[in-house]
Amino acid sequence: MTLTATGVRAERPTTTRRRGGGYAGYAFLAPVLLYVVVFFGYPLVANLVMSAQDYTVRSFYTGEAPFVGFANYAAVLANPLFTTAVLNTVLFTVGSIAFQFGIGLALAVFFSGRFLGSATLRSLLLLPWLLPLVVSGAVWRWMFDQDHGVLNAVLRLVDAPVPWLTSTEWALPAVVITNIWIGIPFNLVVLHGGLKAIPPTLYEAAELDGASGWQRFRFVTWPLLRPVTGIVLMLGLVYTIKVFDVIMVVTGGGPANATQTLTTWSYALSFRDFAFGQGAAVGNLLILVATAFGLLYLRSLRATLAEAAS
Amino acid sequence: MSATKRGWTLSMTALTALALTACAPTPAPGGGSDAVATTITELDYYADEQGSAAWQKILDACSKQTGITIERQTVPTAQMLPKVLQGASSKTLPHLLFTDNPTLQQVAATGALTPLTDYGIATDGYYESIIKAGTYQDKVYGLAPGVNGLALMYNKDLLTAAGVQPPTTWDELKAAATKLSGSGKYGLAFSALPSEEGTWQFLPFFWSNGADLAQLDSAKSAEALKYVTDLVNSGAASKSVVNWSQNDVADQFVAGNAAMMVNGSWNLARLDAEKALKYGVVPIPVPKAGGKPTVALGGEVGAIPATGGGTQQAAGKVLSCILTEPTMVEWSKAHAYVPSKVDVAKKFGEQIPAMQAFIDEVGTARSRTAELGEKYPKVSAALAAALQSTLTGQQPAEQALAQAQQASGS
Repeated sequence: MTLTATGVRAERPTTTRRRGGGYAGYAFLAPVLLYVVVFFGYPLVANLVMSAQDYTVRSFYTGEAPFVGFANYAAVLANPLFTTAVLNTVLFTVGSIAFQFGIGLALAVFFSGRFLGSATLRSLLLLPWLLPLVVSGAVWRWMFDQDHGVLNAVLRLVDAPVPWLTSTEWALPAVVITNIWIGIPFNLVVLHGGLKAIPPTLYEAAELDGASGWQRFRFVTWPLLRPVTGIVLMLGLVYTIKVFDVIMVVTGGGPANATQTLTTWSYALSFRDFAFGQGAAVGNLLILVATAFGLLYLRSLRATLAEAAS
Repeated sequence: MSATKRGWTLSMTALTALALTACAPTPAPGGGSDAVATTITELDYYADEQGSAAWQKILDACSKQTGITIERQTVPTAQMLPKVLQGASSKTLPHLLFTDNPTLQQVAATGALTPLTDYGIATDGYYESIIKAGTYQDKVYGLAPGVNGLALMYNKDLLTAAGVQPPTTWDELKAAATKLSGSGKYGLAFSALPSEEGTWQFLPFFWSNGADLAQLDSAKSAEALKYVTDLVNSGAASKSVVNWSQNDVADQFVAGNAAMMVNGSWNLARLDAEKALKYGVVPIPVPKAGGKPTVALGGEVGAIPATGGGTQQAAGKVLSCILTEPTMVEWSKAHAYVPSKVDVAKKFGEQIPAMQAFIDEVGTARSRTAELGEKYPKVSAALAAALQSTLTGQQPAEQALAQAQQASGS
């Protein structure tokens, strides 16, 4: 309903512009265009150009960076770290999203029922989202400490301390756990909103028909929540694939590159190895992946809106 | 988010770079306005409270002596080179720069620095190693008022309680560290971060064993790496060394979680502040009795970027003041550094016996960039990666070092 209304309203200015000539319209458009060109277009193009140059420390002073074509991309792809970084990025993203979404959904369903203190508890669960990432990361790093961390203090009770940040097998799970903890509130809030939009009458009807709790979730909640689910997963994907601060604070990409993802590797290439061209190349690959998922998201969004409007 | 941020920084620097490529190169010393400037900017990374205050005193004294106002900027260590590069591309370099000595050649290689001989600064009497660190293509671009190195610091109470003597050889170190370990505490703490910090901490073992940075996969090199790995695997040092910075190492030592640590002289002021802690300092243990440890030379060198005649001359005057003997001694006292002139250091050691271990080591210390020059950062990164790989059990020492040699050669 609302959507159709805005659609109608939007048509009026178009006709006005046609009558009054285009210059005023362009003038109003100019700030946005300028903003997009200066803050999005230029950096993007500059990064593309840099990825095709042998941009070294010297280039900063002399301004000279020889054009090398796709050599930076070739070097990056041939680097043994490339597979590690891609694999870590995939594991990190999939691992984070699966648990963030699963736990977020479970909590959302739990909190959709009214009980004493549910609102208070729900707002407390938002805390991870409100904390600065560097703070969360630093605290988790401290909790993960092998010798004095609180996690191992508990695990030692059952005689199974884990070398969280010092072993190459456990470091990735450790950063994934941190990121799951950070991501749950986002999933909880959006899914909770989606649940509230489902008319309670449907549940009543289902209950009258004798549907069990699980059946009500499976045949009422899940299908009606689908549009929201799509958006949450897609946004989660785009947010997670570019996570940098959490990994940087908790492990710094180590130990022995065990938690090096494309973002941290791109940073390391540029600002540790000063191979700016290669760093830019990895950055561009990442932009490419994020854009692909972004387009997918927009498409699913359009489908959802069309569905909601019809 | 930060990937974009990184892209941003890059792009913004690139933006300024592009905007300025049209500008003529900065005038050589003597060009531009010749009148000596009355205000200069200075950039350093003494960001910790105690070090920052000590350095400010030095700058204030030299400002008073030369009549030149010094506008100081301080950035965290990791931000130093990016900041300098940004300044280089936008032609807004500081007039006086104090940077870690192994990065000097890299900055000099960009052409942004001017030789110190232009300002009548002589290199007589300095330790050979610090001159080498400041030299690029036969010209001296940077000199330090004070240098530092790593040594073994030990907790006197813990060692006495265990009946252990401060170790002087590798075998003694391992025996002592093993004896001092247990129940959540470790005999030794050091830093093995995958960065310059990790390489710098490993080099005393690497070099003292006769290994060479040009040949990372030598038998001597593997022996040193195996020794360090063995300390961790046997439980004499925590597995967390792969995540510890030198500050973390000092924290562990102060907290009593480590009985000994490999750390630099700049920590002494902090250790002195802990009234309950009684510590001693000995040189880094050597592979065999009677040998001399070869540590890497640390410390920041002052350099003067090409920013125009007037400001360069002013920066030259300030740097000359910082490099005079009284200032050198004052700085060394305040920040527990070793004066960078041989004679001054000798007198200094007689005044402050706690520094003697460091002074002895500086005599045989080696500049990290003397041999490899601007190639050093790449070799250092490869060596630090091998260190991490072996310590975490990913690869045996030989294999990790062979890979490092390959990575540093390409």
